[in-house]
Amino acid sequence: MAARGVNIRIENLSHRYSSKSPVTFDRVNIAAEPGESLVIIGRSGCGKSTLLHIVAGLLPPTNGTLLLDNVQVRAPSSRWVMMFQAPHLFPWMTVTRNVGIGLHFAGWPKKEMQERVAEAIRLVNLEDYANSNVQDLSGGQQQRVALARSLVMEPELLLLDEPFSALDAFTRTALQRDVRSIAKQLGINLMMVTHDIDEAVLMADRALVMAGSPGRIVHDLPVDLDDPREREDPLVQSTRAHLMQIFQDAAKPSPIRRNAAEATTRLVGIT
Amino acid sequence: MNTNAAHTAVVVDAALSESTRAMKSAGRRMFNWVAGLSILLALWWFGAYLIEINPSTRHFADFGPVPTFQAFPVLWADGTIQSAVSASGYRLGVGLLIAIAVGIPIGILMGRSRTFRELSNSPFQLLRMISPLSWEPIAVIVFLSWNHAIIFLIAIASIWPVAFSTAAGLAKVDPAWFKVSRNLGAKPWHTLTQIILPAIAFDILTGIRAALGVAWIVLVPAEFLGVTSGLGYSIEDARETLSYNHLTAMVLVIGVIGYMLDSTCALAIKRFSWHRGAV
Ligand SMILES: Nc1ncnc2c1ncn2[C@@H]1O[C@H](COP(=O)(O)OP(=O)(O)O)[C@@H](O)[C@H]1O
Ligand SMILES: [Mg+2]
Repeated sequence: MAARGVNIRIENLSHRYSSKSPVTFDRVNIAAEPGESLVIIGRSGCGKSTLLHIVAGLLPPTNGTLLLDNVQVRAPSSRWVMMFQAPHLFPWMTVTRNVGIGLHFAGWPKKEMQERVAEAIRLVNLEDYANSNVQDLSGGQQQRVALARSLVMEPELLLLDEPFSALDAFTRTALQRDVRSIAKQLGINLMMVTHDIDEAVLMADRALVMAGSPGRIVHDLPVDLDDPREREDPLVQSTRAHLMQIFQDAAKPSPIRRNAAEATTRLVGIT
Repeated sequence: MNTNAAHTAVVVDAALSESTRAMKSAGRRMFNWVAGLSILLALWWFGAYLIEINPSTRHFADFGPVPTFQAFPVLWADGTIQSAVSASGYRLGVGLLIAIAVGIPIGILMGRSRTFRELSNSPFQLLRMISPLSWEPIAVIVFLSWNHAIIFLIAIASIWPVAFSTAAGLAKVDPAWFKVSRNLGAKPWHTLTQIILPAIAFDILTGIRAALGVAWIVLVPAEFLGVTSGLGYSIEDARETLSYNHLTAMVLVIGVIGYMLDSTCALAIKRFSWHRGAV
């Protein structure tokens, strides 16, 4: 699959669900180069999912600019595809049909569609289940189908909203490694949301910390580690400890600590 | 002793007993199916026997099974069965098609638009509770032919099960499916044909099955008046000519066809249902 990443430019993006609801997040700034993997961590309720839905074109922003390769995002597109926390597969379709449904929507001819679907199914190691009923698959396998369903569109940006949080630890570790390596192999951008600090360290090129109500991006930590990353690696451990410290500081903001943290990390938006 | 071979033997044993059990349960069901119908036949025969031995009711003896089964070749040869079935089948088919064509969109509107659902709820509940046959005098005035009036009665009777079942199915649809399909570039047409309809096929077909039951019940009395064809007419005709065995034969035809139509629906429901453990 030939794919490449996308240039992301999010400037002063704000959102509220309605004029009566509180501001979900306020003046979010994110910039990323093609092929970069961003992981956003933050406590639940700070607006991470909302942000991702906006980037996917599934929700309109209230204010601000959202440019992907200098084009304003207004609607969903095969160039930026979202994968959700639950697989949400269509139970009346086989694995193959589930994976190919996006191509079907796009009006692909049958033969090319079959080839590309088979390739996507291979990519997530589900060849043996191509014609299975998705209701017969385990949670991890279902999430792999959802991953293939997103990848088959050859997106330049894959948005992931806590995609592994419902899986057992073993499956989660395997998928974390696979998704990162597939993204690197294809050269696409990842923008992933999680509340799992380990996951952020294992998958990110840059970890963005989102905090507050309304939510804001308070820190941007580059994660320069070699692949494949192992949980037990001392460098991974120390990055994790650092990120954990930043995360806790962000939760109870004291001005002094915050300035100290800013000295070691880079504030978003100045890239 | 080779444990592998022993293990294989156990597995084969298990598979065998599994298939034997499946065959046994199929055999038991078949036996009960035949036995149930035989009991019905025996009760019918016994009732007819009681009628026959009582001098005051003897002239109704033709209601019994033997004269009835003797009537079938006659009714088939003179085309009574064929023409009654095709006339009734046409009315039923057209009426049901109208109900499906109108009922499914109404159901989808009810399921998808809150305004429409709230607006339509009480009028529809009210209309639904009007016995379909009570429309007959009005239908006869509005429609120029009895044929059309009967089709209208069938349609008005069967539209509600289809619409309400469609709406109920839609209410159970996971909203995430719409988000996922939008995310993957679905256009409204795709959402309808690839998501909504397959998701609620089970509910639509269940509604159609219920509609068929109501329509079949409405059809026969609706044909008692006005028309000179169809199953209802043929019963009425047999009564007027005092050919009681013809009457029971046509009643039997109604039962058998209704049973077959219902079983076909049940099969379709099984075929198009993706719910695990349903049906
Ligand atoms: N559809 C909605 N309508 C109104 N408020 C919402 C909606 N979805 C989420 N919210 C609110 O917006 C805030 C952010 O939600 P969300 O983006 O899901 O946070 P996160 O993913 O970080 O847990 C929460 O306070 C949540 O209650
Ligand atoms: Mg969330």
